[in-house]
Amino acid sequence: MGALIDNADLVWGAFKMTLWLSVSAGVLSFIWGVMLAAFRVSPIGPLRTFGTVYINVFRNSPLTLLFLVLLNLAVPVFGLHVALGAPMAILALTLYTSSFVCEVMRSGINSVGAGQAEAARAIGLSFFQTLGQVILPQAFRSVIPPLINVYIAHVKNTSVAAGFAVFELTASANRLANFNSSEIVGIFFGVGLLYLLITLPMGIASQRVERRVAIAR
Amino acid sequence: MSAEQSILYDVPGPKAKTRDRIFTVVFTLVFVGLVAWAGYTAYSNGIFDDRWTVLWDPGKGQTGYDVWVTSILISGVWGTLKPVFITIPLVVVLALVITILRQSPYWIARVPARVITEIFRGIPVLLIMLFGVLALHLEFLWGVVLGLVVYNMAVVAEILRAGIAALPSGQKEAGLSIGLSPLQTLLRIQLPQAIRIMLPALISQIVVLLKDTSLGFIVGYSELLKVGKDNPNFFGASTKVVFIAVVFVIYVAINMSVSRLATYIEGRMRTKSKAVAGLKVGDKPVGPDGGVTAAGIGANTRTGDSTW
Repeated sequence: MGALIDNADLVWGAFKMTLWLSVSAGVLSFIWGVMLAAFRVSPIGPLRTFGTVYINVFRNSPLTLLFLVLLNLAVPVFGLHVALGAPMAILALTLYTSSFVCEVMRSGINSVGAGQAEAARAIGLSFFQTLGQVILPQAFRSVIPPLINVYIAHVKNTSVAAGFAVFELTASANRLANFNSSEIVGIFFGVGLLYLLITLPMGIASQRVERRVAIAR
Repeated sequence: MSAEQSILYDVPGPKAKTRDRIFTVVFTLVFVGLVAWAGYTAYSNGIFDDRWTVLWDPGKGQTGYDVWVTSILISGVWGTLKPVFITIPLVVVLALVITILRQSPYWIARVPARVITEIFRGIPVLLIMLFGVLALHLEFLWGVVLGLVVYNMAVVAEILRAGIAALPSGQKEAGLSIGLSPLQTLLRIQLPQAIRIMLPALISQIVVLLKDTSLGFIVGYSELLKVGKDNPNFFGASTKVVFIAVVFVIYVAINMSVSRLATYIEGRMRTKSKAVAGLKVGDKPVGPDGGVTAAGIGANTRTGDSTW
């Protein structure tokens, strides 16, 4: 642990990077994931097809592979220049996590009683009004616990960025371990604790919300 | 699919039909345009030149057999599958032990089991793999296996716990009342049923396992992604596109088949579970939505015992 305290600045910077990746990619993937979920239930065929293909591809390819694809295929195939480092990590994490957000949202939409949508339609709301004002607000409630679980995984997935030139917590553990071989166990223990500092409260929150929602229903 | 959509919007009238048709045409054009544009960009960057011949006539004294069998299949696919095959039995045993401990009447057994699951679910697999390689001086393969085992035993234990919690309490009571000990009840009544209703979630976890082997690439273990990197180093940088594309297709194909299997089993259970009395909560079959759980990473396993 001594090495961690001696390099507190370094570790704090790495911790902030992990937080930054988690939050920025988290927000982006939420927006994109909700849009994808809307695509998947929309009346317009091509949008549904796009959503289905997207989900099947991105949910079934490892995050590390997405990084490699962005690194090697983005420029030649899409003419897209993504800067190596945080921007690439945020893009890869967004593309990846959004597919899970979408699936959670979709099952949330399915969990809202059919009568709700029927009632909304019966009073003349359009598709977007039905979805935006009746279904989604109710879906969000039941969706919160699984959504938190997706985001716990998302926080841990930011560690993959360590392999692609981003200096976040896992990369800091790697570097410190290389320079302080006598304290390796302590270093990993400390960095693990820093991750738990983020993920454990999320897990507890998920359980709390789940219990509350279960009673409310 | 179609049933759930018809809830969200009316059977379209003539006006809506025209509108939908216009949107369908517009978005089809947009997507075709996007694909065409990607294809054109790729073409003008010379992606479709002779670099693809590396897959059947690579030159440099190598043959297509060397590329496909020696490199991609043996070194790559087998490198990815090997840790999975080693991990699965270990995870099954350890997860069962943890599950049994968590159901124990003694807190001294319950609490450590709970702490272990909570801690290892909250730490990145990559960090554990690095720990194995750097601190424990394990070989790369075993570092990868360590990371996979430690994380997945926690997740699988959690899935099984949720499965047990989802069983009607009469199952346990019946077991106890015919004179079985609590452990016997757990092993012979509760666990077999819990495993059965959680089967889709458990199979989806294999997809997570397969995907997580790719973290070995970062640690230094030689698997499918490494093949996608090593071959271009040998055959020239222009073949990067070729090999990354091949690796991508192989990965998605393998994982999609496993996901399909999970969905298939779930669908079968959904129809069958009508016959198995008591295995349903409310009007929904118990167990997390297989689709979401494929999300895996333990997503949703916690919610298995709620009835929302």
